[in-house]
Order: sequence, then structure tokens, then C-alpha cells
Amino acid sequence: MTPDQIGFTTLLYKEIKRFWSVLGQTVTAPVITALLYLLVFAQAMQGRAMVYPGVSYTEFLVPGLVMMTVIQNAFANTSSSLIQSKIMGNLVFLQMAPLGPLEWFAAYLVAALVRTLLVAAAMLAVTLPFVPLPVAQPLVLLAVFLLSAGSLAAVGMIAGIVSQKFDHIAAFTNFFITPLSFLSGVFYSVHALPAFWYQASHFNPFFYMIDGFRYGFFGHADVPIASSLLWCGGFFGVSAAVCLWMLMTGYKLKK
Amino acid sequence: MRALMSTSPAPALAIRGIHKAYGKTVALRGVDFDIARGEFFGLLGPNGAGKSTLISIVAGLVQADAGQVAVLGHDTVSQFRAARRALGVVPQELVFDPFFTVRDMLRIQAGYYGCGRESWPWIDEMLERLDLAGKRDQSMRALSGGMKRRVLIAQALVHRPSVVILDEPTAGVDVELRRTLWAFMTDLHRQGTTVVLTTHYLEEAQELCSRIAILDRGAVQVIEPTAQLLARHPFRFLRIKLADGGQLPEALRPLVSGEVNGAIELKLETGRHPVGSVFEALRSAGLAVEDVHTREPDLEDIFVQLTARDRAGAGA
Repeated sequence: MTPDQIGFTTLLYKEIKRFWSVLGQTVTAPVITALLYLLVFAQAMQGRAMVYPGVSYTEFLVPGLVMMTVIQNAFANTSSSLIQSKIMGNLVFLQMAPLGPLEWFAAYLVAALVRTLLVAAAMLAVTLPFVPLPVAQPLVLLAVFLLSAGSLAAVGMIAGIVSQKFDHIAAFTNFFITPLSFLSGVFYSVHALPAFWYQASHFNPFFYMIDGFRYGFFGHADVPIASSLLWCGGFFGVSAAVCLWMLMTGYKLKK
Repeated sequence: MRALMSTSPAPALAIRGIHKAYGKTVALRGVDFDIARGEFFGLLGPNGAGKSTLISIVAGLVQADAGQVAVLGHDTVSQFRAARRALGVVPQELVFDPFFTVRDMLRIQAGYYGCGRESWPWIDEMLERLDLAGKRDQSMRALSGGMKRRVLIAQALVHRPSVVILDEPTAGVDVELRRTLWAFMTDLHRQGTTVVLTTHYLEEAQELCSRIAILDRGAVQVIEPTAQLLARHPFRFLRIKLADGGQLPEALRPLVSGEVNGAIELKLETGRHPVGSVFEALRSAGLAVEDVHTREPDLEDIFVQLTARDRAGAGA
């Protein structure tokens, strides 16, 4: 390996080890939270919510919950790593190292993908005995997963870069990530919404991530899969570009 | 940067016209000097002089408003990878990553610089030399302040840099660590490593550094070999204790520079104030001397004189 490749793999190893050392907090806890949502909503809404023909509400719910958890954890992984390093002051070790913006970005991104893959796999494994799901479009499933987790990992890095304290990250989570993920059709089909909220949902990128992910399982979704892939790809492109620009210019990182 | 690259071999550090301001506060105003390969160089100055800002610019933590820095001829912006691989910096703040053990932290740091398993024996050697061997598997968060400081030093050296910058490495550490650190750094310097030291312990700088720059209010006030710096101010100190509580004659009072344990210290300019003239004045006043002691000026005296004069000049 070249020195640059060693630098990248070391940072990736460090980022994976960081979340791995608190696995109960980074993987187990979000899985339990998502399962509680599943338990409560499946009990309360089964037979009441209008979803796709031939798909039970619980089956409909599981992919949405998995993607919502992926979104939230991809964001949490990169944003918490950066803000902790900033507040502890140990970000200087990275800033003084001969790592380029691309290696830095890629290592954080891949570590977030590994964490979200673990979370998603754990959720699907736990629910599989009760809610067996078909996989109609595996490539679409993989593409939507990678683009969605990648987008939120990049957004998490942006939040980590611009934030100066934990409160700022909490504000991102409370006023951006949580509302958009709850209003993205995790718990319902957008066709069941009043006209205004139906239209509003189409401006929420998380809606396309969840809808596209469902398409991967059922081959059926609220909007055409091309729209979902376009939105997911576009959101990833924009968030990755902004993040890379920040890393290249030292925005909020260099005084 | 072509100008920086033209000399052969390139200096360890080439600093050219560095300007930096934080809002209206000017931290550095045109700092410009070279540090030769193999030097043990002291960068001194009072708090707020701009030392840490300059080091942060060299390390890539702060962007200069103008000017360039090169490490071994590699520009720190356009050739940042080569420049950073040649540089090791011990930061002033006691920073650490709480998720890792001491050994993990050092191996990770080596990896950032492109060093793989081949660096592990060197890491083990550093752990021994810095008395960290017994702590290698401890979490960073469990270490005392002094131990964390040792790890920071090891982290800066883990990739065997040609140029090492120590930003106040002995601030608040015990005598044992100071001795360990200086023995280690002296060895590395003997092997060809360029060492740049900032410290408020001026006796350390005087003992270790072959050349010193004094920075004040963002500009280099003086940059000279240590011996030349010590010799450029022709004064010495005469400490006298008068018998029977005698009072110093009026004529000698302007020479008083301080009082130590009941003895009066006079600052005498060579040629202008011969020691004999002091004793003559005392004898004329009928005063007996109980004890006498002379002291050559040290770096601290020169530092105080230079920075105080510059402040007085600035205020005028």
C-alpha cells in the first residue's frame, strides 16, 4: 500500500473502532428503539392504515423503520465523531496529518456505512422470524441504501464541521433530521395524506430514500423508482460536494 | 515558493513574510526567517507574542493571511503531504483521544503518516524511552497529565520526522519528565533531527538552543546565536550586602536592579560602571560590605530587557 492508502485505512480503522468500542450505544440501542416503534405502531395501526395492495402494514413498516434508523445513525456517526474530536481537541492529530480531504471524507463515509449496515442487518435479522420480507430489487435496495447512508454521513460531517458544541449537533438532529425522517412516510403511505402534505412530502429527500428502499423490497412504491434514485443521487452529490469543499478550504476547521 | 526552493539544501523551515490577523487583532506582522537543518532552535516571546499562531501556521492548523512556509523545501500548502511527513509537532494543549489505549493511539498516529507495522519497534522504543512502557495498554483517559504529555511527545515523533516543533512541552510537568524529554530530544538532535522549541523556561532555551529568535507583538525582535545574544548586552550584575544595615549611597541608586534576600543587586554596564567604582563609592560613604557576589546576565535578563524596551518604544 502507498503511504496515502495506509493513511486512509488507518483513519477508517480508527473510525470503526471508535463506534465499535461503544457498540451497545451505537448499534444495539438504535435497533431496540426501532423495534419498539415497530411493536407499538404495528399493534396500533394494523388494519387501519392504507398501504400497498397485498402488503400488510407491518411489512410496510419494517423497511421504513430500517431506513429511518439508517438515516439517523449515518448522521449521528460522523457528526458525533467530529464534534467529540473538536471538543476534546484531538482533531489536531488529523489536521496535522498528511491526509487529503478525499481520504478524510471517504474514511468517515465508509465507517458510517459500516455502522448503518450493521444496524440495518441487525434490524432485519431480528424482525425476519415475525415479518418475512421479499427482496424484489436487490440492486435498487443496495443503491438506495448506499446513497442514503452516504448522504446522511456527509450531512453529519457538515454538521460536525460547522458546529462548535454538542448543542449545535442536537439542534441539527432536533430541527432537521428527526422532523424530516418522521414526515417522510415511515409510518404511512403518502397517498393517505391530505393534498397539501402529500405535495410537501415530495420536497423531503428522506421520503425518496424510504420510498426507494421499500421499492427494493416490494417492487412497488409511492413514486417511480427513477425519481427516488435521482433524488437520492442528487442529495448525495450536493452534500458530498459541500462537505469536500469544507474540507478542502478548511472552512470552520482552520482559523 | 520558487524563492524558498532555490537554496540548496533547503532549510529545515523557511518562513517568508507571514501575516496573520484575527479581526482587528494582528497576531503576526511579516515574520521572516529560516531555521537550518540540524539546528536546536529556540522561539521565545511573551504570552501573546504570536509564537503559537506561527507554529499553528507551520503545522497547517491556521491559514496565514499572507506569506509562505516550507518544511525541507516543501510548501506547507501546495505540497502539504511531503511537508507534514517531515514535521512533528507537540501541541501546547493536553489533547487526547479517550477511545484508545496508549499503544493504539501511537499506532494510529503512525498510520496517518503512512507508516505500517515497520514503525512498531520504534513505537516500543519510544514507550521505553519516555517511561510509558508500563502504560502501553492503558486507556488514554486513565493517564495522569504528565503521562498524557509523554504520549503527545511520542505521537509527534512516531513517524520519525526530520523537523520537530515542541510548543511549551515542559509547561506544568515535573522534573523527571523534563530530564527524560531533554535527554531524548538531545539524542534525536545528535542524530540530525532539527528541533524547534518554544518555552517560557528560558534556562532550558539557553542550555539547549544554539540559536534563538525572540518574537514580540507579532514580529521578530532579534534572531541570533545564543552565545552572541548573551554577549550583545554588555552588563553584569553585582550583588552586595552592606554591613550593619547601611544605606546605599545616592549615586549608586540608579544602578539598582533588584533586591534578593536582603542583598542589593546592581546592574553595571561594562566600561561605564567598573566594579571598582562601586566599591570606591561605598568606601567613600564609610560603608562596610558584608557579602558580595557577581552574576553574568542570562537569557532571562536579555529577554526582559528586549521585550521591555520594545514595549516602552511602542508606548512612546
